[in-house]
Amino acid sequence: MDRVIDLASKKAAVIFTKSSCCMCHSIKTLFYELGASPAIHEVDHDADMEWALRRLGCNPAIPAVFIGGKYVGSARDVISLHVDGTLKQKLIEAKAIWF
Amino acid sequence: MGSKSFKVGEKVYTRVGDAMPSFISNSNGTEGNTGQSSRVSNFGPHEQSIGFRGGGYNSTSLTSQTMHTDLQFSTYEKMLQGQNISQPNQVSNSDTSTEMDPDDKIQNFDIDPSNPYMASGSNDKQKEKFPEQKTQRRLAQNREAARKSRLRKKAYVQQLENSRLKLTQLEQEVQRARKQGVVISNTGDQSQPNSGNGSLAFVAEYSRWLEEQSKHTSELRAAVTSHKSDTELRSLVENATSHFNDIFRLKKIAAKADVFHIIYGMWTSPAERCFLWIGGFRSSELLKLLVSHLEPLTEQQLASIDHLQQTSLQAEEALSQGMDALQQSLAETLARDAPVVPPGSSGMANYMGQMAMAMGKLGSLENFLRQADHLREKTLQQMHTILTTRQSARALLAINDYFSRLRALSTLWLARPQR
Repeated sequence: MDRVIDLASKKAAVIFTKSSCCMCHSIKTLFYELGASPAIHEVDHDADMEWALRRLGCNPAIPAVFIGGKYVGSARDVISLHVDGTLKQKLIEAKAIWF
Repeated sequence: MGSKSFKVGEKVYTRVGDAMPSFISNSNGTEGNTGQSSRVSNFGPHEQSIGFRGGGYNSTSLTSQTMHTDLQFSTYEKMLQGQNISQPNQVSNSDTSTEMDPDDKIQNFDIDPSNPYMASGSNDKQKEKFPEQKTQRRLAQNREAARKSRLRKKAYVQQLENSRLKLTQLEQEVQRARKQGVVISNTGDQSQPNSGNGSLAFVAEYSRWLEEQSKHTSELRAAVTSHKSDTELRSLVENATSHFNDIFRLKKIAAKADVFHIIYGMWTSPAERCFLWIGGFRSSELLKLLVSHLEPLTEQQLASIDHLQQTSLQAEEALSQGMDALQQSLAETLARDAPVVPPGSSGMANYMGQMAMAMGKLGSLENFLRQADHLREKTLQQMHTILTTRQSARALLAINDYFSRLRALSTLWLARPQR
Protein backbone atom coordinates (compact mmCIF):
# COMPACT_ATOMS: atom_id res chain seq x y z
CA MET A 1 0.00 0.00 0.00
CA ASP A 2 2.76 2.39 0.89
CA ARG A 3 4.52 1.53 -2.27
CA VAL A 4 1.45 2.45 -4.24
CA ILE A 5 1.07 5.79 -2.52
CA ASP A 6 4.76 6.40 -2.85
CA LEU A 7 4.77 5.74 -6.55
CA ALA A 8 1.56 7.69 -7.02
CA SER A 9 3.04 10.87 -5.60
CA LYS A 10 6.26 10.70 -7.53
CA LYS A 11 4.75 12.23 -10.61
CA ALA A 12 1.82 14.51 -11.38
CA ALA A 13 0.02 11.82 -13.34
CA VAL A 14 0.44 8.13 -12.53
CA ILE A 15 -1.41 5.20 -14.03
CA PHE A 16 -1.21 1.62 -12.82
CA THR A 17 -1.80 -0.76 -15.70
CA LYS A 18 -1.41 -4.29 -16.90
CA SER A 19 0.11 -5.14 -20.24
CA SER A 20 -2.81 -7.44 -21.01
CA CYS A 21 -5.39 -4.75 -20.30
CA CYS A 22 -6.52 -2.96 -23.42
CA MET A 23 -8.69 -0.49 -21.54
CA CYS A 24 -5.46 0.66 -19.89
CA HIS A 25 -4.19 1.32 -23.37
CA SER A 26 -7.21 3.56 -24.01
CA ILE A 27 -6.67 5.56 -20.84
CA LYS A 28 -3.00 6.01 -21.60
CA THR A 29 -3.92 7.21 -25.08
CA LEU A 30 -6.34 9.72 -23.64
CA PHE A 31 -3.65 11.17 -21.39
CA TYR A 32 -1.26 11.44 -24.31
CA GLU A 33 -3.95 13.18 -26.33
CA LEU A 34 -4.27 15.72 -23.54
CA GLY A 35 -0.55 16.30 -23.64
CA ALA A 36 0.26 14.60 -20.38
CA SER A 37 3.10 12.14 -19.85
CA PRO A 38 1.89 9.97 -17.05
CA ALA A 39 4.15 7.51 -15.26
CA ILE A 40 3.02 4.02 -16.14
CA HIS A 41 3.46 1.17 -13.70
CA GLU A 42 2.64 -2.30 -14.91
CA VAL A 43 1.46 -4.60 -12.18
CA ASP A 44 1.20 -7.74 -14.32
CA HIS A 45 3.30 -9.84 -12.04
CA ASP A 46 2.81 -7.86 -8.87
CA ALA A 47 -0.08 -9.39 -7.02
CA ASP A 48 0.75 -7.38 -3.92
CA MET A 49 0.47 -4.12 -5.78
CA GLU A 50 -2.82 -5.13 -7.29
CA TRP A 51 -4.12 -6.14 -3.91
CA ALA A 52 -2.93 -2.82 -2.48
CA LEU A 53 -4.77 -0.93 -5.13
CA ARG A 54 -7.92 -2.80 -4.29
CA ARG A 55 -7.44 -2.01 -0.64
CA LEU A 56 -7.22 1.65 -1.53
CA GLY A 57 -10.64 1.36 -3.05
CA CYS A 58 -9.65 1.13 -6.67
CA ASN A 59 -12.41 -0.78 -8.33
CA PRO A 60 -11.67 -2.17 -10.79
CA ALA A 61 -8.07 -2.22 -9.72
CA ILE A 62 -6.77 -1.66 -13.21
CA PRO A 63 -6.39 0.95 -14.62
CA ALA A 64 -5.85 3.04 -11.51
CA VAL A 65 -5.32 6.73 -12.21
CA PHE A 66 -3.68 9.12 -9.77
CA ILE A 67 -3.33 12.84 -10.35
CA GLY A 68 -1.36 14.93 -7.95
CA GLY A 69 -0.97 11.87 -5.74
CA LYS A 70 -4.69 11.46 -5.34
CA TYR A 71 -6.75 8.57 -6.67
CA VAL A 72 -8.95 9.83 -9.45
CA GLY A 73 -10.60 6.60 -10.47
CA SER A 74 -10.73 3.90 -13.07
CA ALA A 75 -11.63 4.08 -16.76
CA ARG A 76 -15.25 4.99 -16.18
CA ASP A 77 -14.40 7.81 -13.79
CA VAL A 78 -11.73 9.16 -16.09
CA ILE A 79 -14.22 9.35 -18.95
CA SER A 80 -16.76 11.15 -16.79
CA LEU A 81 -14.16 13.66 -15.65
CA HIS A 82 -12.86 14.10 -19.15
CA VAL A 83 -16.28 14.93 -20.59
CA ASP A 84 -17.12 17.59 -18.06
CA GLY A 85 -13.65 19.10 -18.25
CA THR A 86 -12.59 18.19 -14.74
CA LEU A 87 -9.82 15.89 -15.87
CA LYS A 88 -8.04 18.62 -17.75
CA GLN A 89 -8.53 20.91 -14.82
CA LYS A 90 -6.94 18.48 -12.42
CA LEU A 91 -4.03 17.90 -14.76
CA ILE A 92 -3.39 21.59 -15.02
CA GLU A 93 -3.58 22.00 -11.28
CA ALA A 94 -1.14 19.17 -10.77
CA LYS A 95 1.08 20.72 -13.39
CA ALA A 96 0.91 17.63 -15.55
CA ILE A 97 -0.07 19.87 -18.44
CA TRP A 98 -0.02 23.60 -18.98
CA PHE A 99 -3.09 24.20 -21.05
CA MET B 1 -48.46 -51.12 -84.32
CA GLY B 2 -46.84 -49.48 -81.45
CA SER B 3 -47.99 -46.24 -80.12
CA LYS B 4 -46.07 -43.34 -78.88
CA SER B 5 -47.34 -40.50 -76.81
CA PHE B 6 -45.75 -37.20 -76.98
CA LYS B 7 -46.18 -34.15 -75.01
CA VAL B 8 -46.93 -30.96 -76.76
CA GLY B 9 -46.82 -28.10 -74.33
CA GLU B 10 -49.15 -29.17 -71.61
CA LYS B 11 -51.27 -31.27 -73.80
CA VAL B 12 -50.52 -34.78 -74.56
CA TYR B 13 -51.42 -36.53 -77.65
CA THR B 14 -51.32 -40.17 -78.08
CA ARG B 15 -50.25 -41.06 -81.43
CA VAL B 16 -51.09 -44.46 -82.52
CA GLY B 17 -48.77 -45.73 -85.06
CA ASP B 18 -45.26 -44.89 -85.79
CA ALA B 19 -46.11 -42.34 -88.33
CA MET B 20 -45.33 -38.91 -87.21
CA PRO B 21 -48.06 -36.51 -88.11
CA SER B 22 -46.25 -33.48 -89.22
CA PHE B 23 -48.84 -30.87 -88.96
CA ILE B 24 -45.94 -28.65 -88.94
CA SER B 25 -44.68 -28.55 -92.40
CA ASN B 26 -41.06 -27.95 -92.62
CA SER B 27 -40.85 -25.80 -95.63
CA ASN B 28 -39.63 -22.83 -93.68
CA GLY B 29 -39.27 -24.19 -90.27
CA THR B 30 -41.88 -22.03 -88.70
CA GLU B 31 -45.34 -22.99 -89.68
CA GLY B 32 -48.80 -22.58 -88.57
CA ASN B 33 -51.60 -20.14 -88.89
CA THR B 34 -53.64 -18.30 -86.38
CA GLY B 35 -55.92 -21.22 -86.26
CA GLN B 36 -53.08 -23.37 -85.27
CA SER B 37 -51.61 -20.86 -82.97
CA SER B 38 -53.56 -21.81 -79.94
CA ARG B 39 -52.43 -25.32 -80.15
CA VAL B 40 -48.97 -24.39 -81.12
CA SER B 41 -48.65 -21.87 -78.35
CA ASN B 42 -49.11 -24.63 -75.88
CA PHE B 43 -46.03 -26.25 -77.16
CA GLY B 44 -43.94 -23.63 -75.51
CA PRO B 45 -40.49 -24.86 -74.77
CA HIS B 46 -41.36 -28.39 -75.45
CA GLU B 47 -41.35 -28.15 -79.12
CA GLN B 48 -37.72 -28.85 -79.27
CA SER B 49 -38.14 -32.05 -77.39
CA ILE B 50 -40.82 -33.36 -79.62
CA GLY B 51 -39.54 -35.30 -82.46
CA PHE B 52 -41.58 -33.66 -85.07
CA ARG B 53 -40.24 -33.92 -88.45
CA GLY B 54 -38.19 -30.91 -89.04
CA GLY B 55 -37.46 -30.27 -85.46
CA GLY B 56 -38.83 -27.42 -83.52
CA TYR B 57 -40.58 -24.33 -84.60
CA ASN B 58 -41.05 -20.92 -83.26
CA SER B 59 -44.47 -20.80 -81.72
CA THR B 60 -44.45 -17.08 -81.43
CA SER B 61 -43.84 -16.38 -85.01
CA LEU B 62 -46.50 -18.34 -86.68
CA THR B 63 -47.17 -16.83 -89.91
CA SER B 64 -47.73 -18.53 -93.15
CA GLN B 65 -48.96 -21.92 -93.56
CA THR B 66 -49.38 -24.11 -96.43
CA MET B 67 -52.52 -25.73 -97.46
CA HIS B 68 -50.79 -28.93 -96.96
CA THR B 69 -50.01 -28.15 -93.37
CA ASP B 70 -53.37 -26.75 -92.65
CA LEU B 71 -55.07 -29.74 -93.94
CA GLN B 72 -52.95 -32.04 -91.99
CA PHE B 73 -53.35 -30.07 -88.83
CA SER B 74 -57.05 -29.65 -89.12
CA THR B 75 -57.64 -33.27 -89.61
CA TYR B 76 -55.27 -34.17 -86.84
CA GLU B 77 -56.98 -31.68 -84.62
CA LYS B 78 -60.32 -33.14 -85.32
CA MET B 79 -58.99 -36.53 -84.58
CA LEU B 80 -57.65 -35.40 -81.29
CA GLN B 81 -60.76 -33.63 -80.25
CA GLY B 82 -63.02 -36.39 -81.19
CA GLN B 83 -61.03 -39.14 -79.65
CA ASN B 84 -61.25 -40.72 -76.32
CA ILE B 85 -58.42 -42.03 -74.35
CA SER B 86 -59.79 -45.42 -73.71
CA GLN B 87 -57.00 -47.76 -74.37
CA PRO B 88 -54.41 -47.41 -71.72
CA ASN B 89 -52.37 -50.08 -73.33
CA GLN B 90 -51.70 -47.74 -76.08
CA VAL B 91 -49.84 -45.44 -73.83
CA SER B 92 -46.31 -46.53 -73.63
CA ASN B 93 -43.39 -45.24 -71.73
CA SER B 94 -41.51 -44.52 -74.79
CA ASP B 95 -38.58 -42.35 -75.40
CA THR B 96 -40.53 -39.13 -75.52
CA SER B 97 -41.97 -37.83 -72.29
CA THR B 98 -45.47 -39.01 -71.97
CA GLU B 99 -48.46 -38.23 -69.90
CA MET B 100 -52.07 -38.79 -70.45
CA ASP B 101 -53.90 -35.57 -70.56
CA PRO B 102 -57.44 -36.10 -69.43
CA ASP B 103 -58.51 -32.96 -71.16
CA ASP B 104 -57.88 -34.47 -74.46
CA LYS B 105 -59.99 -37.18 -75.66
CA ILE B 106 -57.89 -39.15 -77.94
CA GLN B 107 -58.64 -42.39 -79.50
CA ASN B 108 -56.71 -44.29 -81.97
CA PHE B 109 -56.81 -42.71 -85.22
CA ASP B 110 -55.88 -44.46 -88.31
CA ILE B 111 -52.96 -43.32 -90.19
CA ASP B 112 -53.14 -43.83 -93.85
CA PRO B 113 -50.24 -46.13 -94.38
CA SER B 114 -49.72 -44.82 -97.85
CA ASN B 115 -49.07 -41.37 -96.57
CA PRO B 116 -47.56 -41.60 -93.13
CA TYR B 117 -47.60 -37.87 -92.76
CA MET B 118 -51.21 -37.35 -93.25
CA ALA B 119 -53.93 -38.42 -90.92
CA SER B 120 -56.79 -40.03 -92.74
CA GLY B 121 -60.18 -38.60 -93.13
CA SER B 122 -59.07 -35.17 -94.08
CA ASN B 123 -61.48 -33.02 -95.92
CA ASP B 124 -62.37 -29.43 -96.48
CA LYS B 125 -65.15 -29.36 -93.97
CA GLN B 126 -62.63 -29.71 -91.23
CA LYS B 127 -60.89 -26.64 -92.41
CA GLU B 128 -63.95 -24.48 -91.87
CA LYS B 129 -64.76 -25.68 -88.41
CA PHE B 130 -61.14 -25.63 -87.54
CA PRO B 131 -60.50 -21.93 -86.82
CA GLU B 132 -63.56 -21.66 -84.63
CA GLN B 133 -62.63 -24.75 -82.77
CA LYS B 134 -59.14 -23.49 -82.25
CA THR B 135 -60.32 -20.19 -80.90
CA GLN B 136 -62.73 -21.84 -78.60
CA ARG B 137 -60.13 -24.16 -77.38
CA ARG B 138 -57.68 -21.38 -76.78
CA LEU B 139 -60.21 -19.34 -74.90
CA ALA B 140 -61.10 -22.31 -72.79
CA GLN B 141 -57.47 -22.93 -71.99
CA ASN B 142 -56.93 -19.33 -71.06
CA ARG B 143 -59.91 -19.40 -68.78
CA GLU B 144 -58.68 -22.53 -67.19
CA ALA B 145 -55.21 -21.14 -66.67
CA ALA B 146 -56.60 -17.96 -65.22
CA ARG B 147 -58.81 -19.89 -62.91
CA LYS B 148 -55.96 -22.01 -61.66
CA SER B 149 -53.85 -18.94 -61.20
CA ARG B 150 -56.53 -17.29 -59.12
CA LEU B 151 -56.88 -20.37 -56.99
CA ARG B 152 -53.16 -20.54 -56.41
CA LYS B 153 -53.05 -16.90 -55.44
CA LYS B 154 -55.93 -17.36 -53.10
CA ALA B 155 -54.25 -20.29 -51.44
CA TYR B 156 -51.03 -18.38 -51.07
CA VAL B 157 -52.70 -15.35 -49.55
CA GLN B 158 -54.57 -17.59 -47.17
CA GLN B 159 -51.32 -19.18 -46.13
CA LEU B 160 -49.75 -15.77 -45.55
CA GLU B 161 -52.67 -14.66 -43.44
CA ASN B 162 -52.44 -17.75 -41.33
CA SER B 163 -48.74 -17.25 -40.83
CA ARG B 164 -49.26 -13.67 -39.84
CA LEU B 165 -51.88 -14.60 -37.27
CA LYS B 166 -49.64 -17.24 -35.88
CA LEU B 167 -46.75 -14.80 -35.69
CA THR B 168 -48.82 -12.28 -33.77
CA GLN B 169 -49.93 -14.97 -31.36
CA LEU B 170 -46.38 -16.11 -30.82
CA GLU B 171 -45.21 -12.56 -30.23
CA GLN B 172 -47.89 -12.06 -27.63
CA GLU B 173 -46.92 -15.28 -25.92
CA VAL B 174 -43.31 -14.23 -25.83
CA GLN B 175 -44.25 -10.88 -24.35
CA ARG B 176 -46.40 -12.50 -21.70
CA ALA B 177 -43.80 -15.05 -20.81
CA ARG B 178 -41.07 -12.47 -20.75
CA LYS B 179 -43.08 -10.34 -18.37
CA GLN B 180 -43.25 -13.30 -16.10
CA GLY B 181 -39.51 -13.49 -16.18
CA VAL B 182 -39.23 -16.49 -18.41
CA VAL B 183 -36.33 -16.32 -20.78
CA ILE B 184 -37.49 -17.52 -24.12
CA SER B 185 -34.79 -19.21 -26.10
CA ASN B 186 -34.80 -19.14 -29.82
CA THR B 187 -35.13 -22.84 -30.52
CA GLY B 188 -34.44 -22.28 -34.18
CA ASP B 189 -31.04 -20.92 -33.35
CA GLN B 190 -29.35 -24.06 -32.19
CA SER B 191 -25.95 -23.04 -33.36
CA GLN B 192 -25.72 -20.24 -30.81
CA PRO B 193 -27.52 -21.29 -27.69
CA ASN B 194 -26.25 -18.33 -25.73
CA SER B 195 -27.05 -15.62 -28.16
CA GLY B 196 -30.55 -16.91 -28.68
CA ASN B 197 -31.52 -16.24 -25.10
CA GLY B 198 -30.05 -12.81 -24.61
CA SER B 199 -30.61 -11.47 -28.07
CA LEU B 200 -34.25 -12.37 -28.34
CA ALA B 201 -35.04 -10.83 -25.01
CA PHE B 202 -33.18 -7.68 -25.96
CA VAL B 203 -34.91 -7.45 -29.31
CA ALA B 204 -38.23 -7.43 -27.50
CA GLU B 205 -36.96 -4.89 -24.96
CA TYR B 206 -35.60 -2.69 -27.67
CA SER B 207 -38.81 -2.63 -29.65
CA ARG B 208 -40.68 -1.73 -26.51
CA TRP B 209 -38.14 1.00 -25.84
CA LEU B 210 -38.69 2.35 -29.34
CA GLU B 211 -42.43 2.51 -28.80
CA GLU B 212 -42.03 4.38 -25.54
CA GLN B 213 -39.43 6.62 -27.11
CA SER B 214 -41.84 7.66 -29.80
CA LYS B 215 -44.43 8.49 -27.13
CA HIS B 216 -41.98 10.70 -25.29
CA THR B 217 -41.02 12.33 -28.55
CA SER B 218 -44.61 13.11 -29.47
CA GLU B 219 -45.25 14.62 -26.06
CA LEU B 220 -42.14 16.72 -26.32
CA ARG B 221 -42.94 17.84 -29.83
CA ALA B 222 -46.44 18.87 -28.83
CA ALA B 223 -45.04 20.81 -25.89
CA VAL B 224 -42.47 22.61 -28.01
CA THR B 225 -44.87 23.57 -30.78
CA SER B 226 -47.48 24.76 -28.32
CA HIS B 227 -44.85 26.86 -26.57
CA LYS B 228 -45.32 25.42 -23.15
CA SER B 229 -43.64 27.06 -20.20
CA ASP B 230 -40.08 26.27 -19.37
CA THR B 231 -41.00 24.49 -16.16
CA GLU B 232 -43.39 22.16 -17.93
CA LEU B 233 -40.88 21.64 -20.68
CA ARG B 234 -38.13 20.89 -18.21
CA SER B 235 -39.94 17.95 -16.65
CA LEU B 236 -40.74 16.59 -20.08
CA VAL B 237 -37.12 16.97 -21.10
CA GLU B 238 -35.99 15.22 -17.97
CA ASN B 239 -38.37 12.34 -18.58
CA ALA B 240 -37.32 12.05 -22.18
CA THR B 241 -33.64 12.14 -21.27
CA SER B 242 -34.08 9.56 -18.56
CA HIS B 243 -35.91 7.31 -20.97
CA PHE B 244 -33.26 7.83 -23.61
CA ASN B 245 -30.65 6.71 -21.12
CA ASP B 246 -32.64 3.57 -20.38
CA ILE B 247 -31.29 2.06 -23.56
CA PHE B 248 -27.78 2.11 -22.14
CA ARG B 249 -28.97 0.17 -19.15
CA LEU B 250 -30.73 -2.35 -21.36
CA LYS B 251 -27.68 -2.74 -23.55
CA LYS B 252 -25.50 -3.33 -20.52
CA ILE B 253 -27.72 -6.18 -19.35
CA ALA B 254 -27.97 -7.68 -22.81
CA ALA B 255 -24.22 -7.46 -23.32
CA LYS B 256 -23.69 -9.78 -20.35
CA ALA B 257 -25.61 -12.44 -22.23
CA ASP B 258 -24.23 -11.71 -25.67
CA VAL B 259 -21.71 -8.93 -26.07
CA PHE B 260 -21.25 -9.58 -29.77
CA HIS B 261 -24.89 -9.06 -30.55
CA ILE B 262 -24.81 -5.63 -28.93
CA ILE B 263 -21.37 -4.38 -29.78
CA TYR B 264 -21.67 -5.17 -33.45
CA GLY B 265 -25.07 -3.59 -33.69
CA MET B 266 -27.11 -6.62 -34.64
CA TRP B 267 -29.97 -5.02 -32.78
CA THR B 268 -29.83 -1.84 -34.84
CA SER B 269 -31.32 -1.22 -38.25
CA PRO B 270 -28.99 -1.65 -41.23
CA ALA B 271 -28.63 2.05 -41.93
CA GLU B 272 -27.77 2.74 -38.31
CA ARG B 273 -25.16 0.05 -38.54
CA CYS B 274 -23.36 2.08 -41.21
CA PHE B 275 -22.38 4.55 -38.54
CA LEU B 276 -21.81 2.05 -35.80
CA TRP B 277 -19.05 2.74 -33.33
CA ILE B 278 -18.55 0.27 -30.50
CA GLY B 279 -22.18 -0.73 -30.30
CA GLY B 280 -23.81 2.66 -30.91
CA PHE B 281 -23.57 6.17 -32.23
CA ARG B 282 -20.61 8.53 -32.04
CA SER B 283 -21.54 11.41 -29.78
CA SER B 284 -19.10 13.72 -31.57
CA GLU B 285 -20.96 13.11 -34.83
CA LEU B 286 -24.31 13.60 -33.20
CA LEU B 287 -23.22 16.94 -31.79
CA LYS B 288 -22.08 18.05 -35.21
CA LEU B 289 -25.50 17.24 -36.64
CA LEU B 290 -27.38 18.90 -33.82
CA VAL B 291 -25.77 22.33 -34.01
CA SER B 292 -27.91 23.47 -36.91
CA HIS B 293 -31.08 22.44 -35.04
CA LEU B 294 -30.11 24.27 -31.91
CA GLU B 295 -29.71 27.72 -33.37
CA PRO B 296 -29.77 30.38 -32.32
CA LEU B 297 -26.85 29.69 -30.01
CA THR B 298 -24.85 32.25 -28.14
CA GLU B 299 -21.14 32.58 -28.81
CA GLN B 300 -20.47 30.94 -25.50
CA GLN B 301 -22.77 28.07 -26.31
CA LEU B 302 -21.24 27.56 -29.71
CA ALA B 303 -17.78 27.47 -28.22
CA SER B 304 -18.87 25.06 -25.51
CA ILE B 305 -20.59 22.74 -27.95
CA ASP B 306 -17.54 22.81 -30.15
CA HIS B 307 -15.32 22.03 -27.21
CA LEU B 308 -17.59 19.21 -26.11
CA GLN B 309 -17.44 17.76 -29.57
CA GLN B 310 -13.64 17.80 -29.44
CA THR B 311 -13.64 16.27 -26.01
CA SER B 312 -15.93 13.48 -27.07
CA LEU B 313 -13.82 12.86 -30.11
CA GLN B 314 -10.72 12.53 -27.97
CA ALA B 315 -12.36 9.94 -25.78
CA GLU B 316 -13.72 8.13 -28.83
CA GLU B 317 -10.24 8.00 -30.29
CA ALA B 318 -8.81 6.65 -27.07
CA LEU B 319 -11.43 3.91 -26.88
CA SER B 320 -10.96 3.07 -30.55
CA GLN B 321 -7.26 2.64 -30.02
CA GLY B 322 -7.94 0.37 -27.10
CA MET B 323 -10.23 -1.73 -29.29
CA ASP B 324 -7.56 -1.90 -31.96
CA ALA B 325 -5.04 -3.05 -29.38
CA LEU B 326 -7.51 -5.67 -28.25
CA GLN B 327 -7.99 -6.95 -31.76
CA GLN B 328 -4.25 -7.02 -32.34
CA SER B 329 -3.62 -8.81 -29.09
CA LEU B 330 -6.31 -11.37 -29.75
CA ALA B 331 -4.94 -12.11 -33.19
CA GLU B 332 -1.42 -12.48 -31.84
CA THR B 333 -2.59 -14.77 -29.09
CA LEU B 334 -4.32 -17.09 -31.49
CA ALA B 335 -1.62 -16.94 -34.11
CA ARG B 336 1.03 -17.89 -31.62
CA ASP B 337 2.52 -21.18 -32.56
CA ALA B 338 0.85 -23.51 -30.12
CA PRO B 339 2.18 -26.96 -30.86
CA VAL B 340 -0.55 -29.26 -31.98
CA VAL B 341 1.89 -32.02 -32.63
CA PRO B 342 3.23 -33.82 -30.74
CA PRO B 343 0.10 -34.42 -28.78
CA GLY B 344 0.83 -34.58 -25.15
CA SER B 345 0.15 -32.85 -21.93
CA SER B 346 2.44 -29.92 -22.67
CA GLY B 347 0.99 -29.34 -26.11
CA MET B 348 -2.52 -29.46 -24.80
CA ALA B 349 -1.63 -27.24 -21.90
CA ASN B 350 -0.23 -24.64 -24.28
CA TYR B 351 -3.33 -24.79 -26.40
CA MET B 352 -5.60 -24.44 -23.42
CA GLY B 353 -3.48 -21.62 -22.12
CA GLN B 354 -3.72 -19.89 -25.44
CA MET B 355 -7.49 -20.28 -25.43
CA ALA B 356 -7.75 -19.07 -21.87
CA MET B 357 -5.83 -15.92 -22.74
CA ALA B 358 -7.99 -15.34 -25.78
CA MET B 359 -11.10 -15.82 -23.67
CA GLY B 360 -9.88 -13.18 -21.26
CA LYS B 361 -9.39 -10.74 -24.08
CA LEU B 362 -12.85 -11.36 -25.47
CA GLY B 363 -14.19 -10.69 -22.02
CA SER B 364 -12.87 -7.15 -22.12
CA LEU B 365 -15.16 -6.35 -25.05
CA GLU B 366 -17.94 -5.92 -22.57
CA ASN B 367 -15.94 -3.26 -20.78
CA PHE B 368 -15.34 -1.35 -23.97
CA LEU B 369 -19.02 -1.38 -24.77
CA ARG B 370 -19.80 -0.15 -21.27
CA GLN B 371 -17.31 2.69 -21.50
CA ALA B 372 -18.51 3.66 -24.98
CA ASP B 373 -22.10 3.85 -23.77
CA HIS B 374 -20.92 5.74 -20.72
CA LEU B 375 -19.24 8.25 -22.99
CA ARG B 376 -22.45 8.68 -24.98
CA GLU B 377 -24.52 9.19 -21.91
CA LYS B 378 -22.09 11.64 -20.36
CA THR B 379 -21.65 13.64 -23.54
CA LEU B 380 -25.38 14.13 -23.98
CA GLN B 381 -25.69 14.98 -20.32
CA GLN B 382 -22.98 17.60 -20.69
CA MET B 383 -24.70 18.97 -23.76
CA HIS B 384 -27.87 19.59 -21.79
CA THR B 385 -25.92 21.68 -19.29
CA ILE B 386 -24.86 23.98 -22.10
CA LEU B 387 -28.34 24.38 -23.58
CA THR B 388 -31.49 26.08 -22.43
CA THR B 389 -34.52 23.94 -21.69
CA ARG B 390 -36.11 24.74 -25.01
CA GLN B 391 -32.90 24.00 -26.85
CA SER B 392 -32.60 20.72 -24.99
CA ALA B 393 -36.10 19.80 -26.06
CA ARG B 394 -35.27 20.59 -29.67
CA ALA B 395 -32.06 18.61 -29.38
CA LEU B 396 -33.92 15.55 -28.15
CA LEU B 397 -36.43 15.89 -30.97
CA ALA B 398 -33.69 16.29 -33.53
CA ILE B 399 -31.84 13.23 -32.27
CA ASN B 400 -34.98 11.19 -32.37
CA ASP B 401 -35.91 12.39 -35.84
CA TYR B 402 -32.48 11.53 -37.11
CA PHE B 403 -32.57 7.97 -35.85
CA SER B 404 -36.15 7.52 -36.97
CA ARG B 405 -35.10 8.46 -40.46
CA LEU B 406 -32.24 6.01 -40.36
CA ARG B 407 -34.65 3.30 -39.32
CA ALA B 408 -37.14 4.31 -41.99
CA LEU B 409 -34.38 4.24 -44.56
CA SER B 410 -33.50 0.75 -43.44
CA THR B 411 -37.08 -0.38 -43.82
CA LEU B 412 -37.28 1.05 -47.31
CA TRP B 413 -34.01 -0.53 -48.20
CA LEU B 414 -35.05 -3.94 -46.99
CA ALA B 415 -38.34 -3.68 -48.84
CA ARG B 416 -36.84 -2.50 -52.09
CA PRO B 417 -37.83 -4.56 -55.16
CA GLN B 418 -35.11 -6.95 -56.08
CA ARG B 419 -34.72 -8.93 -59.23
